[in-house]
Amino acid sequence: MMPNFPFLKNKKAEDKSEVFVPSRRDFLKLSSLATGGFLLGVNFQCAGPKGETITFAPNVFISITSDNEVTILAHRSEMGTGIRTTLPQIVADELGADWSKIKIIQGEGDEEKYGNQNTDGSFSVRMFYEPMQKAGATARHMLIAAAAKKWEVSPEECNTENSEVIHSSGKKINFGDLVADVKDMPLPDPESITLREFSSYKLIGKDVTIYDARDIVTGKATFGADVDLPGMQVAVIRRSPVIGAKVISFNDAKALAVQGVNRVFKIDGSGIPPGLDKPLEGIAVIADNTWAAMKGRDALEIEWDLGPNQTYNSAKQLEEMLQSTTRDGKVRRERGNFNAAQKTAGKILERTYLAPFYAHATIEPPAAIADFKEDGICEIWAPTQHPQWARQAVGAALGVDVTKVKMNITLLGGGFGRKSKPDFVVEAAILSKAAKSPVRVQWTREDDLHFDFFHSHSAQRIKVALDKNGDFTGWNHHTVFPAIGATASATELHPSDGELGLGCTDFPYDVPNIRIESHESTAHTRIGWLRSVSNIHHSFAINCMLDEVAEARGMDPIQQSLQMLGEDRNLDFKPETDGKYENYGEPIEAFPWNTGRMKKVIERVAKEANWDQMLVDGKSVGFAAHKSFLTYVACIVLVEKDSSGKITIPEVHYAVDCGIGVNTDRIRSQFEGGAQFATSLATTSAITFENGIPKQNNFDGYQIIRMPQSPKKIHVYIIESMEKPTGVGEPPVPPYIPALCNAMYKLTGDRIYQLPFKA
Amino acid sequence: MEKFTISVNGKKQDVNADPDMPLLWVLRDLLSMKGTKFGCGQALCGACTVHLDDEAIRSCSTPISKVGDQKVTTIEGLDSEGHHPLQDAWVEHVVPQCGYCQTGQIMNAAALLKKSPSPSDAEIEESMAGNLCRCGTYNRIKDAILTASKAL
Repeated sequence: MMPNFPFLKNKKAEDKSEVFVPSRRDFLKLSSLATGGFLLGVNFQCAGPKGETITFAPNVFISITSDNEVTILAHRSEMGTGIRTTLPQIVADELGADWSKIKIIQGEGDEEKYGNQNTDGSFSVRMFYEPMQKAGATARHMLIAAAAKKWEVSPEECNTENSEVIHSSGKKINFGDLVADVKDMPLPDPESITLREFSSYKLIGKDVTIYDARDIVTGKATFGADVDLPGMQVAVIRRSPVIGAKVISFNDAKALAVQGVNRVFKIDGSGIPPGLDKPLEGIAVIADNTWAAMKGRDALEIEWDLGPNQTYNSAKQLEEMLQSTTRDGKVRRERGNFNAAQKTAGKILERTYLAPFYAHATIEPPAAIADFKEDGICEIWAPTQHPQWARQAVGAALGVDVTKVKMNITLLGGGFGRKSKPDFVVEAAILSKAAKSPVRVQWTREDDLHFDFFHSHSAQRIKVALDKNGDFTGWNHHTVFPAIGATASATELHPSDGELGLGCTDFPYDVPNIRIESHESTAHTRIGWLRSVSNIHHSFAINCMLDEVAEARGMDPIQQSLQMLGEDRNLDFKPETDGKYENYGEPIEAFPWNTGRMKKVIERVAKEANWDQMLVDGKSVGFAAHKSFLTYVACIVLVEKDSSGKITIPEVHYAVDCGIGVNTDRIRSQFEGGAQFATSLATTSAITFENGIPKQNNFDGYQIIRMPQSPKKIHVYIIESMEKPTGVGEPPVPPYIPALCNAMYKLTGDRIYQLPFKA
Repeated sequence: MEKFTISVNGKKQDVNADPDMPLLWVLRDLLSMKGTKFGCGQALCGACTVHLDDEAIRSCSTPISKVGDQKVTTIEGLDSEGHHPLQDAWVEHVVPQCGYCQTGQIMNAAALLKKSPSPSDAEIEESMAGNLCRCGTYNRIKDAILTASKAL
């Protein structure tokens, strides 16, 4: 069940997005799958009795009632990127709907119905821009056809705006008044559907306020733990302190004596490997309320067989990993002959880079609600990034078919990859079945930090060869980190091709001799993916090294990057990676790696930040550029020391080329937040293990930055582009960290080789 | 279990609770008021911020037995129409990303503005330092507080 790299696009799932290209055949296919949740097939029904509201629903995303209420369904999970607004925005623009009156509803987890719902890998807009355009345009064509027939005019003379069809004469009719005419109309041939001129869009490419803003600020928005069901109990679980630990015995007498505690139940864990979608072994305390469950848990007496991970020490492993990079590794990319370049070099630079485990630390700890009913249906409410995987995992755990699992998706109080994994959802389902009542599983912060699927710690060594003229002739990058795959399969010792394609094997610079090697390491905890995944440590090492190389060559780092990107052209990493470069799951022909686009963001950020003048003025500025998730980003960070000697980050400049930008406000907000998120990774956050147990328990140990430490003015320059849209959730993080480190070097004279550094 | 009568958003509420039960869980589990959020349970993140009289406090670390006669105000009671100047400024600046921490941020900011209607930059930073935002909306939070302070 484990998707190999869920942060990469799942091709099979993508193919299902074809169902959104509306055709009668697909429509009928979809209708037969309808389970009554959403309005499917209603446009084939007869009109109701006079006066009854009737509905036109040309596809699963749009419904328009005879009262002129336009509803758009959001099928991707909202964790703060704004996707619940951005995709409906595309539909509404093509449809010509009145955005101020639009209603957005959240689709349940059902990939048969909606296509891919795995909200991960920054690909929601990339994958659904066109299907959403077509969904909206199809409805517009049908409404216009109905109005044109009514008015006996040509459809070409009509347009839609503000939920009305408007004729060139000025005649208008609202969508609702056309529902009766359009609901029986056959779906048009997809080939006949034309999209609007880009310049005519009123929502796409604009700042649009997120749909949930008012509900959020008034406390009405529903997150994972906010659903109340009649008779619901609350469960808190004491999980295996060390990954792979097993319960030998437990005594629940004291826990059951706590007032409000109703039951104690053992959850069987998966052992080693722990798996990406399975609960850990644990003892659950089920109570009337959260507090009673917590107190009951404190009173549990459990004897554990801690297993082999009880001696695990992460600092020791990191040291061993670093040592391993002195040896020959498994070659993952080769160009030319690095050894020869090394032999003839005038100068060799050799540096190592270490980064720690990171926890996601979403402010909303995992929580999920399950209601296992007597008819075998298990209904869930969960803040999940990957509803379909959660359904499958629940189905497997309960031994029921996936169709018996009804998955409602709440807002997510942060995701960053943590809430892709359905372990906490499965816990709720198991416990609801055991308790014969609805159950909410509530994780505490301590649970969250101890039982996360961590971003892996890493060791890297980079050797650079410069010839006697100072030309950059060789690049040898060693990388080692416990792989995500190891969480599901203990034999996975090397990072996968997918993980290396995230900022390592896609090294884009014109160096004639390149060798990239990986080394073995084992996972002793659960490894997962965190916002931008292995791009985090790869970009840190590469961009810090490039800054040092530029200095050694007496070059401006920006000039060096522009020069080394070479002529404007498309790169292909497949020939040098034995065909294994994955390009985030996209064909390289459709989403090429274009050096010209990268140079453009670098030039733009340098110009806007006034880089040359900053250097003249002796400012402590750092630069880095990094493409990830098919989006090009360049970043400049300014650091200063205040009168008390405290280091501050007064300015950040980002230039981004993400192709067509849909919601420009949410693009900026992702970059603003990305800089803050990355500041934590660079300066305050680390998880370390002793005796197999994370030493950090709460936000005092695992620190994330607070307002006084935050970077201040964050400028985001969005390149105007008609290229295919790509994501912005993750790409802000990778270039920021090395840009900050390079700025710190200017300020302090010390290079940074290990994260987090103390600012 | 003991019986407590507390004033929440101007309304008397009777609850039967363990005297140690934090106000957070009284609000969320016993009174079904979900606007106040659980983040850390140790007064380290501010997601659970409510007012006791005019003070911003962390409800996760305030036992029900310590509430007494003090008036509890939650996000649901900050403004009867949901249009406190801070709430409006939060929408105007589109502050929220995931939104989870924002009710705590707003309640903390509301207590600040009560004490200091025109706070300086430094004052804002200092008084908001107890409220974490993982999405990183700090700059917009600050802008929204400044906007609201002008509207007050």
